[in-house]
Amino acid sequence: MAVIEYIDAIRLAMKEEMERDEDVFVLGEDVGLKGGVFTTTKGLMEQFGEMRALDTPLAESAIAGVAIGAAMYGMKPIAEMQYSDFMFPATNQIISEAAKIRYRSNNDWSCPLVIRAPIGGGIFGGLYHSQCPESVFFGTPGLKIVAPYRAYDAKGLLKAAVRDPDPVLFFEHKKCYKLVTGEVPDTDYIVPIGEANVLREGDDITVISYSLPLHFIEQAAAELEGEGISTHILDLRTIQPLDKEAVLEAVRKTGKVLIVHEDNKTGGVGAEVSAIISEELLFELDAPIMRLCGPDVPAMPINPPGEKFFMLNKDKVKEAMRNLALY
Amino acid sequence: MTQFASTGQNARHLELGLSNEQAIEMYTTMLTARKFDERMLLLQRAGKINFHVSGIGQEVAQVAAAFALDRENDYYLPYYRDYGFVLAVGMTLKELLLSVFAKAEDPNSGGRQMPGHFGSKKLRIVTGSSPVTTQVPHAVGIALAAKMKKKSLVSFVTFGEGSSNQGDFHEGCNFAGVHKLPVIFMCENNQYAISVPLHKQLAGKVADRAIGYGFQGLQVDGNDALEVFRVVKEARERAVAGDGPTLIEALMYRLSPHSTSDNDLAYRTKEEVDTNRAKDGIPKFKQYLIDNGIWSEELDEELQLRIRKLLDEATAYGDKAPFPTPESTLLHVYAGDAEQGGIQ
Repeated sequence: MAVIEYIDAIRLAMKEEMERDEDVFVLGEDVGLKGGVFTTTKGLMEQFGEMRALDTPLAESAIAGVAIGAAMYGMKPIAEMQYSDFMFPATNQIISEAAKIRYRSNNDWSCPLVIRAPIGGGIFGGLYHSQCPESVFFGTPGLKIVAPYRAYDAKGLLKAAVRDPDPVLFFEHKKCYKLVTGEVPDTDYIVPIGEANVLREGDDITVISYSLPLHFIEQAAAELEGEGISTHILDLRTIQPLDKEAVLEAVRKTGKVLIVHEDNKTGGVGAEVSAIISEELLFELDAPIMRLCGPDVPAMPINPPGEKFFMLNKDKVKEAMRNLALY
Repeated sequence: MTQFASTGQNARHLELGLSNEQAIEMYTTMLTARKFDERMLLLQRAGKINFHVSGIGQEVAQVAAAFALDRENDYYLPYYRDYGFVLAVGMTLKELLLSVFAKAEDPNSGGRQMPGHFGSKKLRIVTGSSPVTTQVPHAVGIALAAKMKKKSLVSFVTFGEGSSNQGDFHEGCNFAGVHKLPVIFMCENNQYAISVPLHKQLAGKVADRAIGYGFQGLQVDGNDALEVFRVVKEARERAVAGDGPTLIEALMYRLSPHSTSDNDLAYRTKEEVDTNRAKDGIPKFKQYLIDNGIWSEELDEELQLRIRKLLDEATAYGDKAPFPTPESTLLHVYAGDAEQGGIQ
């Protein structure tokens, strides 16, 4: 089993799915000749031709809308939004169209579409190259939303997304592209959409998160072990639909829960996870539900102290975890 | 039609490749759409249905365009006034009435969407929504798929002139122009976007917008059935030959208010409406058929009776058909959720 980068795992998933099914194709700005601004689609045009690694005009609503049309015809498009910050012009196509095609046609038409978009900060991208837009789409039934934190899940979830009969938003964290490496089988496997994953078993506190912050949480958990704090970590992996049973089971394990995400706190995924826990397990809790999230500002600044202030890191999550353990 | 031996071999419809039977079928479909629409307005006034959005004044272009397409293979993305179009590509009055009454058996949406939100995979009518113009990029995507799969088909999409201001129109046209895709954009320019008249919607012509996207744009009299048929047929020939898209601006007039919730005389005069009613293409096409000796007032009366009977039957059927069960509201959010009892 090879150790590869998170970005290589995404590319490998696309390559394998395009080899498996000739209806799978990639479209987006710069995805062809250049191979993507992050090199995510590098080599696909050479292998599959310019129609299947299609450079599109710079127009996100058309990238999504054309992909939706092709999907309704029976193709399996993977539309790339260069940055999730630039996905908002396509929001009408995603929310009014892709999400509702099966429902509004009473199961006559479907939209097997994947939209990939890099999320998150930590690269000095400023306000418009750093956002986490998942809460904009979260709560729109008809969409599935996944956000892998490691290379193995990136490949498996993307392959599952391509094969899914419904539209899937695939949020890949751009900070993970090169920073995160891991063992990825070169075999054909999928990670099922809708299944959370226990990353670490523990008895004192439960931390629930997704995407990049899980790396900080794992590091902090290892250090807190030395302080006698045992951490149970749940990776949601799929944000929508949420794996409710896995959330409840993880919280029951310790009775203390911290929810962590980079997206800002108000109206974020953590608010819904917290509500689920409150509805089902309030009297089994030994501490108030805690959240550690990005601050409620429009987006992160480009100046290094400002970005550092906005971003989560090992120390911030470690402190929050310790506070919860000591509660 | 041997009884009409007087039909000249140089009749325009024959020159365009339409048989006498097809020309009569076109007229029959236009008239059916008109009668359907008038009946819906009556049903709404009578309190039988809540709402109707009318296509009166637009049927000629809709039906003529449909007849110029390959009705076995092409894909259609009609907008909400296209009753004439969907009737011409195979939807029945009964199916339209099931939609009007929002009944479970409605093939468009199972009683979920407003009437006029068409969809039928069997008929290749692509499901549509209410935010206008979102269907334009979808049509381009289907054309892209056809090109990738080397299928000889076109996608045909309609929209109003108001929609030609939306970003999705421009983004879709540009994409189709760049990739020379087999798509026909037909703007049904009915002069009004609800209350806002054409001159407040755009300073130029809709058709001229094609110039900026590198393909042909043209205007056509939407009340002239055979002229619409000709330009759509030629656009289709270009599309399947790999010569790319065409933008057709069919000029017409919305004779009805925007919808049954709209008082159009608040923003236009009765005189203006009457002037345009005199240009209605349906009686013109009927006269054309009579002049060519293939139609008569007697046949027309028979046809009107036949349509009325079909409408009566369809209305009764739609009215009596059962609604969807309340719990079915939970179904079809995702594939396979019906088996799991819906989303909970």
